Amino acid sequence: MSFDKILSLGQTALELGLVNALTVLALFLSYSMLNVCDLSTDGCFTLGAAVGAVVALSGHPWLSLPAAMLAGSLSGLITAVLQTRMGVQSLLAGIVVNTGLYSVNMAITGSKAQLNMNKTPTVFSMAKEALGGTALSGQYKLLVLLAAVTLVILFLSFFLRTRLGLSIRATGSNADMVRSSSINPTFTTTVGLCVSNAFTGLSGCLMAQQQKSFDINMGSGMVTVALASLLIGGVFLGRRSIPLRAVGAVLGAFIFRLVYTLALRLNMPAFMLKAVSSVIVILAISGPYLKEQGVLLLRRYRAAGERGTV
Amino acid sequence: MLRLNDVSKTFHPGTADAKLALDHLSLHVLPGDFISIIGANGAGKSTLFNAICGSFFTDTGTVYLDGQNITMLPEHKRARQIGRLFQDPMRGSAPDMSIEENLYLAAGIGGWLSHITAADKKSFRDRLALLGMGLEDRMKQPVGLLSGGQRQALTLLMATYQAPKVLLLDEHTAALDPGTAEKVLNLTRSIVEDNRITCLMITHNMQSALELGNRTLMMDRGRIIYDVSGEERGKLTIRDLTDKFRQASGRELDNDRMLLGTEGKQ
Repeated sequence: MSFDKILSLGQTALELGLVNALTVLALFLSYSMLNVCDLSTDGCFTLGAAVGAVVALSGHPWLSLPAAMLAGSLSGLITAVLQTRMGVQSLLAGIVVNTGLYSVNMAITGSKAQLNMNKTPTVFSMAKEALGGTALSGQYKLLVLLAAVTLVILFLSFFLRTRLGLSIRATGSNADMVRSSSINPTFTTTVGLCVSNAFTGLSGCLMAQQQKSFDINMGSGMVTVALASLLIGGVFLGRRSIPLRAVGAVLGAFIFRLVYTLALRLNMPAFMLKAVSSVIVILAISGPYLKEQGVLLLRRYRAAGERGTV
Repeated sequence: MLRLNDVSKTFHPGTADAKLALDHLSLHVLPGDFISIIGANGAGKSTLFNAICGSFFTDTGTVYLDGQNITMLPEHKRARQIGRLFQDPMRGSAPDMSIEENLYLAAGIGGWLSHITAADKKSFRDRLALLGMGLEDRMKQPVGLLSGGQRQALTLLMATYQAPKVLLLDEHTAALDPGTAEKVLNLTRSIVEDNRITCLMITHNMQSALELGNRTLMMDRGRIIYDVSGEERGKLTIRDLTDKFRQASGRELDNDRMLLGTEGKQ
């Protein structure tokens, strides 16, 4: 493999990693901070992509970003209302919304499972024009994505230090304490899910525009991929300050993509991506438990050995 | 100050497990009262606190706090006026967040988008120093790293940071070792006295039930069966209390922990 080739693979991994990083940051807020496993992520990612594509196709590439974020946070609002005010269990609320979003997404695209944006101005093509002729023009995709990810990290670092952000973190840590601090956990859960899903929507929007196409199934398995990335990032920067943990989440997304890209190079079929992400999530979550069980098993084995020798 | 009129609560109504936890209970707490509450397990002591806090809504009756009808007010809206400590030291604070972050939320200062300021940190530090546990030098550490006693002391500080109208103590020293329990109890006493907070305390220790405060309630089967204060209370012994229990309920007090009253200095 030539050096150029490796470089271009690295760049692709970086770009896709940065797009996914936005979803990973969304889960960082909902899963790591609020302690809610938001299973509407897949549908919300596609929703952002659909809204972004339709708005871009109608000739407003910049408007597509806030539109996708707004759509995402509306979806988060519904998930939140279901679980905090209508007695639907948290996981089920996400699944139900996820299922419903398929129809919503089809309705948004006008019953089309695919949309083509090859000749449509997107935020990326706009950036390419704006950068035309400068030294950075070759890296226009990277620049747009880096800007988006940096802004989201800065926002989260600021937001999670405010009283509202702290209340959201406390809701995930000890809801009793939130109530006794005169704060309504229903409110903090709702705000948390709205903000988190806005980022998921933005992630989907940028993915569709970067690939210049929309597919109704493009969000499928996203929650597992993002969770895997989040857990990989936690290995490196899990016990640090909030901004560093957010950077860790982005790093995790990049590492995940890099490993995946390399595996593809080694002739792993593309359809294995989801199995790989599932295995990573399983290992990361069950690892500590299995380790504990292993230690117990070893002790039991040794105890049995000692009994035998007496 | 706090008035409960004819409050009832049945858990699992209409099933075989139906339990009348509060039975047409009425109670009038005067400003500045420090009331100790005793009673066997399942007498309804914690249920009474839940009714005051709004953990559930009562089936009948009304609850007034400082002249305001709070019967249908949700829990988080009462919390500013009612502080509560549980037996479990883990319940009062968020383990993944630092001491100063916990205090900041409990203090309830500033708008939604405000940050912890240097002035806030200064006043947290001063208040923490009063606990005498060295927590003022560990404000950035996650609360999960603290011992049970330190966490309960922090919870006490959080619950009283803005002096509540009523403080409810639900055996808040029972899970601590005797030395720490005494320390937390002394802290409680000085904070309550300094801020003139009206206080209700559930305890299994009859000795401290009689020593602490100015009034003692005995509960059984969701009712207050004995309410004593003033001169009569001053002369009471543990023996008298067990006799009163037998008279009022027609049963023996079957709780060794309560009878002996030697389990630590609660």
